[in-house]
Amino acid sequence: MNKTIEITVKLFAHYRENKFKVQNRTYPEGTTVRDVIDDTGIDIEKFPVGILLANGRHIDEEYVLKDSDVLAIFPKVGGG
Amino acid sequence: MADKIYRVNMKDLSYKIEEVPEEWMGLGGRGLTSTIIYEEVDPECHPLGPNNKMVFAPGLLSGTPAANSGRNSLGAKSPLTGGIKESNVGGTSAQIFAKLGVKALIIEGIPEDDSTFYHLHVTREKVEFEKVPELVGKNNFEVLDTMLEKYDKKVAVMTIGRPGEMRMPIANVSVKDPEGKFRSHGRGGLGAVMGSKKIKVITVDAEKYKETIIADSEKFKAANKVFAKSLLDHPVSGQALPAFGTDVLVNILNEAGGLPSRNFRSGNSENAEYISGETMAETIKSRNGKTTHGCHAGCIIQCSQVYNDKEGNYLTSGFEYETIWALGAHTGIKDLDMIAKMDALMDDIGIDSIETGITLGVAVDAGILEYGDGERAYELIKEVNNGTPIGRIIGGGTGNLGKLYGLTRVPVVKNQGIPAYEPRAVKGQGVSYATTPMGADHTTGYAVATNILRVGGYIDPLKKDGQLELSRNLQISTAFIDSTGMCIFVAFSVLDNPDTMPALVDMINARFDINLTGEDVMEFGKTILKREIEFNRKAGLNSAHDRLPEFMKYEPLPPHNVVWDFTNEELDSVLDF
Repeated sequence: MNKTIEITVKLFAHYRENKFKVQNRTYPEGTTVRDVIDDTGIDIEKFPVGILLANGRHIDEEYVLKDSDVLAIFPKVGGG
Repeated sequence: MADKIYRVNMKDLSYKIEEVPEEWMGLGGRGLTSTIIYEEVDPECHPLGPNNKMVFAPGLLSGTPAANSGRNSLGAKSPLTGGIKESNVGGTSAQIFAKLGVKALIIEGIPEDDSTFYHLHVTREKVEFEKVPELVGKNNFEVLDTMLEKYDKKVAVMTIGRPGEMRMPIANVSVKDPEGKFRSHGRGGLGAVMGSKKIKVITVDAEKYKETIIADSEKFKAANKVFAKSLLDHPVSGQALPAFGTDVLVNILNEAGGLPSRNFRSGNSENAEYISGETMAETIKSRNGKTTHGCHAGCIIQCSQVYNDKEGNYLTSGFEYETIWALGAHTGIKDLDMIAKMDALMDDIGIDSIETGITLGVAVDAGILEYGDGERAYELIKEVNNGTPIGRIIGGGTGNLGKLYGLTRVPVVKNQGIPAYEPRAVKGQGVSYATTPMGADHTTGYAVATNILRVGGYIDPLKKDGQLELSRNLQISTAFIDSTGMCIFVAFSVLDNPDTMPALVDMINARFDINLTGEDVMEFGKTILKREIEFNRKAGLNSAHDRLPEFMKYEPLPPHNVVWDFTNEELDSVLDF
């Protein structure tokens, strides 16, 4: 049996609509951020991905998740 | 008719309407206020004395149909920082000044008879002075109502509350917005300067103004179309800001470990979700408020909002991230309704909600209130308005309170409170806070864009690499943008879309029939910064003041356990051009 990882996924801004704020999710080892984005079904056509953070550090979609990572997914947002 | 300089002398209640000197022709907004302060104000003068001046100036494109061009600049020597200050505002004043042909309003001197306050009314032909003892001690909304009874409802209104009358360093100048609420020349205590000149309120005639003259209106229209489209196409200014406002930043900074919490003890706050932009947007919708709202006519970004109370009645608008951070994460108040109530009170009494909030968070360390005690914080703001001793202590701002209570954890640069972005964990922003001539001001070189938001590329917020150059370039281009009358949020598009800045420059060229280039823009920004730095140097602010608070060098900030590690030489190189 393939090994799995437990991660925490947090969604923000437009991505929360009809989805969730925070969830613990289980994935096979080797899962990338892009896989998680696809799996959550967030609307990246309408709201392109802006900021991805794993454990508070900026990462990109190719990042391979590790067990107990906290992944935060934001669309392009800003303020000031 | 050509634009004029309106020069008021409060000493003898006189005014002159002057031709614009050749060398001021191409200037507006911050570029003009900083140039006039630099050329005419003795840097050693007392900010509240007879030799300081206040200069109001609309941006180069204010009063035109250019999208988002309604920002007005106010400059003076700051009683908070002791250096030069420019603070710009939305509202209606920029467009009304520009359409009336007022290139700048310069206010000099202090009245010989200082027994009461004055109302100044500016029209195309003259400036009228009226004693207004009946308005002394009144809050902003009451002053506004009185002015709206007297004049056409579109009249521009700039007023100070009681803290301004009492010349407190946190006092702001409040400006009527299109909805009859207030926007603020918030930072640097400019309300105290207006109070020192014994001016309670300034109104500007909005009945007899003419449309602003545009030299080449076809070229202007074409450029404005490209410009406006670029703002709407950018996901930040086109989608996120209208939906969630600036408060959307709470969760981002919190996730990135850069949300200063408990007076800069951590980069994460347990209150983030309660005070987040997402929570605010949900709350607003459930109470029939508005999530989209502009601070000035012609704004197409609409980042502001109307926030109602539980009963669905208006509570506040212009409810911004930095204010919510200061009261929520820094002072610990997690009840967004209570923060909104405080925001509304601060609008009414005319104090800088950023400086006040930062001061309250430091007041927790001083033992004046408990962390998270919103009721007490609200009472303290009332004390500010009543001018009681504790109110005066809060009203002195962050740096002064820290001194009075013997604290070392005092988040200020040049005595102005550091807002909302942890310098140790958002290092590019830290460089801007340290080196800008304005004191800790988040708008002067918004490196958060590239450090955190991935706008204009990406530079790792926790590393030093690339930060000095990033801050330098942002500070230069911001000095230019602040001179155009443009809202700073056009910068997101400027950073990501190569068409935006040329369109902005084309609009200026079409308006004045000139030929600015992209290179000129950078030279323009540098020239303004040089004048501001030169003023500060002569005022006694030198490179030793271009530093962050010392505790940031030796206290690692969780969760990333980072310290502030730029050398003095590195910081001194940022604006050395």
